[in-house]
Amino acid sequence: MAERVFMKGTEAIAEAAVRAGCRFFAGYPITPQNEIPEYMARRMPEVGGTFVQGESEVASVNMLYGAASTGIRAMSSSSSCGISLYSEGVSYCASARIPMVYINVQRGGPGIGAIQPSQQDYNQATKASGNGGFRMIVLAPDSVQECVDMVYEAFDYAERDQNPVLILTDGVMGTMMEPVVLPKMKSDEELAKCREKFLPRAIIGHPLGQQATCRPGSVGGGQEEKNIAAAELYKSWDKDIKVEEFMMDDAEIVFAAYGISARISRAVIRELREQGIKAGMIRPITISPFPYSSFSNLDFNRVKGIIDVEMSIPAQMKWDVEYAVYGRCPIKEVLRSGGQLLTNDQVKNGAMEFIKEVL
Amino acid sequence: MAEEKKVYTRTKGILPDTVSGFCPGCMHSTVHKIIGEAAEELGKLDKLVRVEGVGCCGLGQFYVSCDETIAAHGRAGAVATGIKRSSPDSLVYTYQGDGDLAAIGLAETLSAANRGENFTVIFINNGIYGMTGGQMAPTTLLGMKSTTTPLGRKAEEHGYPLHMSEIINQLTAPYYIERVSCDTPQHVIAARNAIKKAFQYQLEGKGYSIIEIVTSCPTNWGLDTLKSLDFLRENMFKEYPLGVFRDGGEKKQ
Amino acid sequence: MERNLMIAGFGGQGVMTMGKLLAEATSEATDLNVTFFPSYGSAMRGGTANCFVVISDKEIGAPVSYNLEDLIVMNGPSLHAFLPNLKPGGNLFINSTIVKDNIERKDINIVEAPVTQMAIDIDNPRALNVIMLGVYVGATDAVPEEVIIKGIEHKFAAKEKLIAPNVEAFKMGLEIGCKQKL
Repeated sequence: MAERVFMKGTEAIAEAAVRAGCRFFAGYPITPQNEIPEYMARRMPEVGGTFVQGESEVASVNMLYGAASTGIRAMSSSSSCGISLYSEGVSYCASARIPMVYINVQRGGPGIGAIQPSQQDYNQATKASGNGGFRMIVLAPDSVQECVDMVYEAFDYAERDQNPVLILTDGVMGTMMEPVVLPKMKSDEELAKCREKFLPRAIIGHPLGQQATCRPGSVGGGQEEKNIAAAELYKSWDKDIKVEEFMMDDAEIVFAAYGISARISRAVIRELREQGIKAGMIRPITISPFPYSSFSNLDFNRVKGIIDVEMSIPAQMKWDVEYAVYGRCPIKEVLRSGGQLLTNDQVKNGAMEFIKEVL
Repeated sequence: MAEEKKVYTRTKGILPDTVSGFCPGCMHSTVHKIIGEAAEELGKLDKLVRVEGVGCCGLGQFYVSCDETIAAHGRAGAVATGIKRSSPDSLVYTYQGDGDLAAIGLAETLSAANRGENFTVIFINNGIYGMTGGQMAPTTLLGMKSTTTPLGRKAEEHGYPLHMSEIINQLTAPYYIERVSCDTPQHVIAARNAIKKAFQYQLEGKGYSIIEIVTSCPTNWGLDTLKSLDFLRENMFKEYPLGVFRDGGEKKQ
Repeated sequence: MERNLMIAGFGGQGVMTMGKLLAEATSEATDLNVTFFPSYGSAMRGGTANCFVVISDKEIGAPVSYNLEDLIVMNGPSLHAFLPNLKPGGNLFINSTIVKDNIERKDINIVEAPVTQMAIDIDNPRALNVIMLGVYVGATDAVPEEVIIKGIEHKFAAKEKLIAPNVEAFKMGLEIGCKQKL
C-alpha cells in the first residue's frame, strides 16, 4: 500500500492533479487557495508541464480554455469571487465541450466576502456557473483524502463527457492538513490514451480536410442541436450520482450536509447515537447531479425531521432537499457564514433543539 | 501557340468553394487570404491554429481552412497563450479587432505581449465596432461619428485614439511590431510579407509579434467603398502611421 | 478518545511550527487520525497566530473546536481571547515568561513553563516552541515522546546539526511537563 503522508488540502489537490496527468495550470492569486498555484509553479516544470500566472481570473480561465482545447489535461483553481470571474471561460468550455477541471476553494461571500472558509457558492456551483444553462458534474469532498481522490477522477469525467468538472471545496479543507494516501503517477502512455478521444477535435493544427474547430457558439446556426445534445448528456448523469448514506438504516433524524459540514455532522451523529438518538446522514458527494431520490424515497413514517447543515447563510442546498422532501417532514437549518466556522458543538446544539421539538 | 501558365492559385488556407460574405470594401477577406498564403508558403497550413476574436473577426470561421477556435470577447491573448504553451509546435495566431484587442481585451493583449508569448497577433484596426453596428472603438478618431458618439468623438469626453502598436512598443519582450494596410496591391503584398515574417519568427521561437492592419469599414463609416479608402488614407494613416516599430530580426543584422 | 488542542501566540513564536510538528509526527508514527488547521488572515508579520490540532482514534469532524481539551498560550492576548474556549476540566499551558496574569478560572488545570526564558538560557531563542511542545507532551501523554523525537529528526533531516539542539530543547520541556503530570 502507498505511504500515508501528511498534507495540506490545497497542496494535496495540486499533487493529485499532477499525478492524474495535469500538464497545464493557470491561476491568479486569491486566498485561501494560493498554495495550489504556488505548488504548481514549482511542480509543473518537473513533469514537463506549464504553469502560467494569469493577469486575472478572466485571463486564467481563458488560458485554461486554450490549453484544454489542445486535449491535454489542464486545471485551474480559484476561490469564490474569483470563481465568479471564471463564469465566462467555464461557460465557453461547456459550450464548446472542452474537458477541463477547476477547483473552487470557497470563502465567504457575496462580493469580496471574507477570506475565511464558507460554503456560500452552492447555488452558483450547481445551478449556474455561467450563462446559458449548462451543467457540470460537481464533486464535493469532505476530507483531504477525498480532495485527492476526486481531483484524480475528475479528469476522467471531464474527458468522458467532454465537459468541465468542478471540485467544490472550502477554505477549511484547503488549509487543513490531514494524512492522505496519494494515487500513482499516470504514465505518458496512459495520458496519451486519455487524450485519444479528443485528439481529432484538438486545436493543434491538422492536415487539410481534417481541420478541427472548437465552437463555443453557433454563429452559423445549430445552437439548439448543441443544446439538445448537452441536455442528453446531463440526463445521462443519473448513473454518476454519488451519495453517502451514513447510519440511515433506522434513522429518525436525518442530517443533510455536504463537504466540511458533512464530516462535522458525522461526528455529531456518532455522539447522538451514544445518547440513543437514531440519527443518520445523507451526504451528496456529487452535489450535481444531486441525489434527490435519496431524500424523496425516505420513509417519512420513520423520519421525523431533517437537519440541513451548511456553512452558508442563507441556506442553499436546502432548496434541493426541500424539493425532494416536498413538505413531508420539517427541515431545520443549522448554519454559519461570514467566515465563522461550524464546530461539532454548534451542530450538536442546533440539532438538539430540533430533536426535542420533533421526537 | 503559347503554353498557358498558371500565375495565381487560390490559397488552400481558404476553404474551397466559399464566397466572401463580408460587406463590399471590407478588407477582412483580403487579410484571410494573405494569412493563408503566408502559412502555405511556409508549408505550415497543417500546423496553423487560429484564435478568433469576437465581432466581424469571428466571421472568419466560415472561410479559413485551419484548426480554429473562438475566444471570448477580448480573451484571444489568453486563449492563444494556453494553446501555444500546450502545443508548442503549432503555428498560432490571434485575429482580433480593435474593440476586442484594445478595449475589452486590453489586459490580455498587453500581458501576453509583455510575457513575450510565442504567437502572432493579427490586429484589424478600422476604428469602429463593426458587427454590433458602428459603436465607438478605442481607436475611433477624434471627431468621427459612431452610433455611441453621435456628435463625434470628443477628447474631453471619450479620450483619445489608442495607439496599440506604439503602446506595445513600450514593452521589452515583443520581437516584431509592424503596422500595415491593405488598401493597395503594394500594401497587400507588404502586409502578406509582414505576416509571413511574423510566422517565420514564431517558428524560430523568437516570441511575440503583432501585425496591426489599418483597414476601412465602409458600412459603419457610412461611406462608399472608394470614399472609405480616401478616408482611410487621409485620416486613419495620419493617426496610425504605417511602418515597422520593431523588428528583432533586423536589429541583429 | 479525541483531543482538541489550540495553540496561540504571536507570529514568530513558532506557533504554527509547533502545531504542525505535533500533527505531522503523530500522522507519521501512529495510526491515529489527526488534523492540523491554521488560522489564516491577511499576511502580516508580527500579528497573532493560532492553530488547531485534533488527535483522535475516531474519524475527526471539525478540525476546529471552541470547547477545547487543551490550550497553549504563548502570549497575553491569546490567554484573554481564548481561555473561554477551554472546557471545564481542560488543560491550560502558559508561557510564564511573558504571561503573568492571574488566572481566575478554578475549573481547569494549569501548567506553567517559562519557555521564552528557557530558550534564551540555552542560547537557542527560537526553540521556545519545541520546549513548550515538550511540556505539553510530558504533562498530557497526548502522544509518546518518541513520536515527537522522530518528528524532529524528520523535520530537520536536511539540516542535521539542528536535530540535537531541538531534541534537547524538547526534552527540557518534557521534564517540566512530567513534573506537572495531568
